[in-house]
This record gives sequence, C-alpha cells and structure tokens, in this order.
Amino acid sequence: MSILDWFAKKNSESTVKASKLDIPGNLWIKCISCGDVLYSKDFEQNQKVCPKCSHHFRLTSKERLDITVDKGSFKEINQDLEPFDSLNFCDIKPYKERIVAAKKKTGMNDAIITGEAKINGSKVAIAIMDFGYMGGSMGSVVGEKITRLIELATKKGLPAIIMSSSGGARMQEGMNSLMQMAKTSAALYRHKTKKLLFISVMLDPTTGGTTASFAMLGDLNITEPKALIGFAGPRVIEQTIKQKLPKNFQRSEYLQEHGMIDHIVTRHEMKNFIGNIVEMTNFYKLEKK
Amino acid sequence: MAPKNYLDFEKPIIQLYEKIEELKELSNADNLDMTSDIENLKNKAEKLKQKIYENLEPIQVVKLSRHPERPITSDYIANVFEDFVELHGDRVFADDHAMIGGFAKFEGKPVMIIGQQRGKTTKEKIYRNFAMPQPEGYRKALRLMRLAEKFDIPIVTLIDTQGAYPGLGSEERGVAEAIAMNLREMMGITVPIISIVIGEGGSGGALGIAIGNTVAMLNYSIYSVISPEGCAAILWRDAGMAPTAAHNLGIVSAKLKELGIVDAIIEEPLEGAHTNHKKVFTKFRSFLKKELTKYEKYSDEKLLEQRYNRFRALGKIKEA
Repeated sequence: MSILDWFAKKNSESTVKASKLDIPGNLWIKCISCGDVLYSKDFEQNQKVCPKCSHHFRLTSKERLDITVDKGSFKEINQDLEPFDSLNFCDIKPYKERIVAAKKKTGMNDAIITGEAKINGSKVAIAIMDFGYMGGSMGSVVGEKITRLIELATKKGLPAIIMSSSGGARMQEGMNSLMQMAKTSAALYRHKTKKLLFISVMLDPTTGGTTASFAMLGDLNITEPKALIGFAGPRVIEQTIKQKLPKNFQRSEYLQEHGMIDHIVTRHEMKNFIGNIVEMTNFYKLEKK
Repeated sequence: MAPKNYLDFEKPIIQLYEKIEELKELSNADNLDMTSDIENLKNKAEKLKQKIYENLEPIQVVKLSRHPERPITSDYIANVFEDFVELHGDRVFADDHAMIGGFAKFEGKPVMIIGQQRGKTTKEKIYRNFAMPQPEGYRKALRLMRLAEKFDIPIVTLIDTQGAYPGLGSEERGVAEAIAMNLREMMGITVPIISIVIGEGGSGGALGIAIGNTVAMLNYSIYSVISPEGCAAILWRDAGMAPTAAHNLGIVSAKLKELGIVDAIIEEPLEGAHTNHKKVFTKFRSFLKKELTKYEKYSDEKLLEQRYNRFRALGKIKEA
C-alpha cells in the first residue's frame, strides 16, 4: 500500500464516522445543507425547514397535506387504485416486487394522493405527489388519479392544485406511462376552457415527463426555494453539451430568472399564498352568482 | 447484391449472397453450370431472410428504425406531398432546424405538415441537431397547427426523434413548458390531426407533436417512454443492457397496437423501409388518404371528443 492509499483510506473512514451520529431514537438530525445539528422535535415543528439555513427538506405527501389544507377538510378519492404490471417488466428487480416494496415503505398504493379539501375556507381539488414512492414516478395510476381529479374539478367548478415531486414517467410501465402526460394535459385543457384556476406547485424534485406535462401548465407555476425543476437531468445535459453547468442551474431561483416560475414561496407561506390566490380568482365569480 | 449499410443481424444473409456472387463468378470463369447450386442458395437465403425478419428482437427493430437510409420527414414531403411551402420560426426566439413544417398539398388538397427532421450527411445532421428539437421547435409546431386550424386545414405530423434536446439553452427557454403546452393545446385544435411515427418516437420529445385523432406507426419504427440505452443506464446502471431494456419497454409496433397506444401499423418491406422507399410511400399515401377521408365528416365537437377519449382511455390500472 502506498502512502497515498493510506491517506485516502483514512479520509474515507473519517467521513463515514462524521456523517453518522451515534445517538439512539433519532433525536437529532443533521442538516444536509449547512451541516448544523438539529433537535428533531424543533425540526418537525418547523415543517422540516432548517432553522439555520432554511433548507427545505422533502416531505411525504401526508406531511404536505397536513400543512396545506384546513384541518379535517380533506376527503380522499380514488385511494383504491393500484398499479398494474402490464409489461411484466423486470430490470434488476421485477416491477411487481418494486410495487410491493414501495407500498411497504410508504403505506401508499401509488405515488399520489388526491381529493377535495378546503384551503383557508375555499374549496379546492388537490393532488399531492410523494417522491418516496418509486421516485414519485408517473405511471398509469398517478395519471388516472390526476385526470379524475381534474375532471371532478371541471365538473364541480373547483380550482385544481397539484403539488408535484417526481422523477418523471415510470419506465416500468413503458408507453402507458408516457401517455399519462397526454391524458393529464388533456384534462387540463377542459378545465381551462371552463375558466377555472390551476396552481401547479413544483417541489423538489420535479423533472422529466411530469415537468413536460401538467406541472408546467399552471396558471400559476410556483415552487419552494432551491427546488430542482427541469426536463432532462443535469448529468445528461452535462454529458450532451460537454460543459459544466452554471451554479443553481435548474433550481427555483434560476427558473424564476428565466421566466418559468411565477413565485418562489417558502413552506411557511405556502398555504396562505395558495389560499389568497384562490380567493382573489374566485372574487368576481362569486359576485356574479 | 449486398447492400453497403447492412445491420449486424443481417450478416448471415449477406454471407449467403456473397457466396452466390462467388459461385456466379466461378461458373462464368470456368464455364461450369452451377445454376442449381445457385438456385438452392438463393432459396436458402430467402428462407433465412424470412426467418430473421419474422423473429426480430426489439433491439434489432431499434436499429432498423435508425437506419441511415430510412426515409426521413423531408423524403415524405418530397414524395407523398406536392407544392410544399416551408414556414419558419416560432415568432419568439428562433427557427428550429430539427423541426420542419409548412403547407403542402396531399392528393390535391391542402394540409399542414409538421415533423422532426433528421439529416443525411454529417453536415446536415449537425444542422438539424440530430432531429432533437428545442423549445422553439415545439412552439413553431403549435403556431403552424393554429394557422392550419384557422383555415380548416388538416394536420399531419411525422415523428422521428430520439427526444427533445437535453441542452442548457433548451432548458433555460423551457423545453418542458413548450412540450406541455402542445399536449394541452393540441387537445383543442378543431381540425383532424394524423400523427405517424416514421422512425424513432423518443419520449416526450416525440409526444409533443403526436396528439393525433389517429396515431399510427411504420412497422419497424419504435415509440418509447425512454431510449433503451437511457433506460438501461438508469435501471441496470449499464448501457450494455439496452437489448434487455428494449425487450422490457414494449416499444415495437405490434406490442403498441395491442396496448392501444397506436391505432394502426403501416406495413414496410420485409427488410425495412430503407430497401424500397417507393413501396413505403405508396402504403403511406393510401393510409393517410383513408384517415383524412374518415375525419372529413366529423364536426369540430366530434373531433375534439374523439381525440380526448382516445388518450383518456390509455393506461392500465388495478381498481378494487
């Protein structure tokens, strides 16, 4: 072993030790952005935003729902829809096993929850994606649930709120998943022609076929600070153009500068921001009635 | 005669043809009668060809779909349509050379034709950005579709791209937004839209102009959520697994017809469209004529309803 190897070994050993805090019960959490050690109760109470550097950690769809809609107002629909492996897809693991594992991990039937709810007293149709379930990928169930939700909103004259966090189309469902891009966008066409509001909230991360369909079609496209939003992944782009990408590329702030995002909203402000827009866009509609 | 651009799986056939040529030369030179041997070999070659082409692996179809001599959008425009007037630009930023479009006549009637354009020579390929459109391409396409709609002119879209361009400017100018906008707005275009995959139908970049009342594909074209190479790199972490990925993804015409993703398959010569352009154009022409005639009688409402329902039905779920 050369001396350089020895140094390299020493180095890697020490980083492993530093990133793991050997304290039982997950009492403490280390911020992945600033490295500060946070007391988990404070962290949870702060909606999983680092009090020091205000890094917004990812939330599950359940956590997101709790901080977005009025307490007790959510009525879930289509919760029984489950994925179907129509291609008998098998990469290093069969898709069927992935479905079972994802359900066990998240307790969900697929990567999204949909339903009717109220935000600051206003009725909305809301969908929240969960990145924890197979990277929030959009297969037939996600597409169908979004489409049914938008159709319901169109029928009932409700604003639609979709909070995305998704790696894109679910490869394991092949072309059926690509077609969900067309299906969800089609439903939004009908929703739009009824002059109804659609707010798309793109959360960290929103990429691929999700961005290239319903997520970019909001009357308002909003996001949290520093969320990754793009079509192609940064690595693919770097390999294609063979240059280093600019700092902050595909982050919320970068997209806002390039005109793709209406507003960057912090997690604490999100509920009121949405509630306020819904109220304003409803104002003359309600007056007409 | 052996074609110069043959594919790896065609090698056994090529070898037989080479042998036949050898025999012919030999018989000429030595004045021997080898007619029966030559006939035998010819039969054998035909049978082998039949066998190989009837049992193509999906990855072999991928190769056919990308064949350098396969007819491209401009070939269809030149051979199936007349009086093409190209219209350039998205009126916002640029003219995307990877996407072409304009008015043309088909069987004496005007149509709007739009498609991704590959190049043939290296210089052309670079000029066409290897048929990978940027946001401008999708915005130009939508502009032309709206122009067609204004004058009740039906729209034909030809799909042949490995995908939208994954570049810096492409992202900055909102390629995802441009594709998404097409998916939504094409749902409201009140003229018939016929979309035909002629080569490679790569992901969202293909779908962005493929919201047709009828979606068809040529027999050896492919239509995929992600390229087999990309899928292999992500799921297997090994681009060498592309053949397996191609098999799993279900990207060939017969499978997609079965799933209802495409409505019809346009036949090709046994050995692929590149071996007989003329035959392909004839099939293409009669297919397009039939489809356009079918939608002539549709009202605006019926057209939109049909297009919505076509895409609304797609996807497979389990419902308790």
